[in-house]
Amino acid sequence: MTMWFVPRDAAARSMGSDEVAEALIAQGHDVIRTGSRGMLWLEPLVECAREPGGPRVGWANVDPADVAEAGLQETAANYLGVVADMDYLVKQDRWVFERAGVIDPLDPDDYVANGGLAGLRAALALPPGDVISNVIDSGLRGRGGAGFPAGIKWRTVAETPPRPHIGDPANAPAHKYVCINADEGDSGTFADRMLIEGDPFCLLEGMAIAAYCVGADKGIVYLRSEYPDAIEVLDEAIAIARERGWLGIGILDTDLSFDVEVYVGAGSYVCGEETAMLESIEGRRGMVRVKPPLPAIEGLFGTPTVINNVMTMASVPSIMARGAQAYAALGTEKSQGTQVFQLAGNIARGGIVETAFGVSARELIEGFGGGTLSGRPVRAVQIGGPLGAYLPADQLDVPMGYETLAEAGGMIGHGGVVVFDESVDMAQQARFAMEFCAEESCGKCTPCRIGSIRGVEVIDRIRSGEDPEGNTVLLRDLCEVMTDGSLCAMGGLTPMPVLSALDNFPEDFAPPVRGQ
Amino acid sequence: MDRIVTLTQDFAAWSSEEADQLITPIALTPGPILRCLQAIQERFGYVPADAVALVAQRCNATRADVHGVLTFYADLRTQPPPAIPVRLCAAEACQAVGGRGLQGEWAKACDEDPQLADVTGGNEPIFCLGNCALGPAAFVGNQLIGRASVDRIMAAIRQQQEGKTA
Repeated sequence: MTMWFVPRDAAARSMGSDEVAEALIAQGHDVIRTGSRGMLWLEPLVECAREPGGPRVGWANVDPADVAEAGLQETAANYLGVVADMDYLVKQDRWVFERAGVIDPLDPDDYVANGGLAGLRAALALPPGDVISNVIDSGLRGRGGAGFPAGIKWRTVAETPPRPHIGDPANAPAHKYVCINADEGDSGTFADRMLIEGDPFCLLEGMAIAAYCVGADKGIVYLRSEYPDAIEVLDEAIAIARERGWLGIGILDTDLSFDVEVYVGAGSYVCGEETAMLESIEGRRGMVRVKPPLPAIEGLFGTPTVINNVMTMASVPSIMARGAQAYAALGTEKSQGTQVFQLAGNIARGGIVETAFGVSARELIEGFGGGTLSGRPVRAVQIGGPLGAYLPADQLDVPMGYETLAEAGGMIGHGGVVVFDESVDMAQQARFAMEFCAEESCGKCTPCRIGSIRGVEVIDRIRSGEDPEGNTVLLRDLCEVMTDGSLCAMGGLTPMPVLSALDNFPEDFAPPVRGQ
Repeated sequence: MDRIVTLTQDFAAWSSEEADQLITPIALTPGPILRCLQAIQERFGYVPADAVALVAQRCNATRADVHGVLTFYADLRTQPPPAIPVRLCAAEACQAVGGRGLQGEWAKACDEDPQLADVTGGNEPIFCLGNCALGPAAFVGNQLIGRASVDRIMAAIRQQQEGKTA
């Protein structure tokens, strides 16, 4: 029996995958809606298995009009052959994204048949402390960008006794939380969204493992409102997981009781900062908190709270299933395991590339990404989101890792790689970084709130030729104040794109020559 | 399931009784203010001025607290939304593939056709829709568009208008 697979991922839908699925169904074919494989330039990418469990062959950029009575033809120009054998996928090492694009994201049997729950079962067979040791040994660090060792954070929460919500009486129920930061606001990043839309049980499984380790009873996923499809899938996945006994009281017939709720963001970038996120979950303005106290000690509603990014947490099930040592053996000495890179912007073959740390930006952009979409030379690459540095085309051999990028004056952030061709105006990009900070600043600290507005003004003065040298000195001074004086990464890292643009592309800051 | 701040749906006319019923259970949960406001917007399309006092009362908070939350978040609106909001991504990955040019073209189309501006709300920028490999990205109503152009946006608007009148 022939089965067709059409992605329901938001990116695939944005290119018309719903219409393709409808066309197949209208011709009487059986269709399973999967996540996306992450080869986004091929979407809608339709796959077909001629027999159950058989190899899946694919077609790229399918138009509903291509769908005939017999489906799609192997003789067509957009025929890809066996999808799993494609270079882009073969060259990857998928741990987090091992199932995305393969399974029906909301079919729990499909999940289990493809290795789901193996990590949770392995964890539940060990004492919680041993699971934490495994996570530490795996070398897993925070994939949201800060790079803090996940297991150390978990150990702190495990060692801190649960507490009632702040303001509740001392004899009120005591809690610990596992909070997932899915406020993926960085431009050029979409891995959290794709994992949630393509394999939501993986995230829930990771959360259950964390809850077991630290003794948490409550879980929250803070998911941005710009991701309506992900919200819908995750809500449904939670309901299914409860029915299956994967969440709720007595998970998998053990003593573990843990439940998860989705909290939807409200269009604020700074709520991706962990303490602003806690404020937002508590229903207030998303204003950054002063640390300490660390959220691991006093987090959500004053209780000990694990906060991890989606990618961090979704790495845990496969680490537990396949072994911490195997994971730690990948990557570099200080950046172990795999990173889910997201190739975005002006790139021919954009999408998800999960591979061991240590790969160069050049290999990602040229090897996987096939260079720019426009065909013009790469001029600048912004790695790590809007707060990451702009690297020039001759610095792309830097190996990807937390420390290596920091040494190169950048940061890995959430693994976003945004490519610009030679048409980019880097002074305009620097101005935008300040403008974005002014727009999204929570307003709590002055360097960020006011500094960003002054930054826009100073860059405008430089660009218009008003005392460029003096104003450049002023801009650098302002950036130093923002870097050293801001409460969080919003104001503290906005100077990174600004100064990297100024240092690497000074010619773009020259005033326009009159008469040209 | 349409619990989120979806952009195109049929909203109820404002009723403080209905709003009260809607938020009373939420107000009993920890940290309820933002979720009360989100629930009101989801039902009525926006958060009218009358809602502030109601939410404050039910959540045992001050009106200033509620006003503070209402004005902090870009999603929350105090006026009814346009029929089919169009929001173009204004962030870097879309800038790299002509996002700024598209913003200009869209603004021009809205300038030339006041009715279009009225239906779509002109262009309220949005920062990142998570479609960064297929930019420029846009939301048309609640539909995500990849490789957006004015033509593709207009086609989506027409399709949704037909869907509404059908």
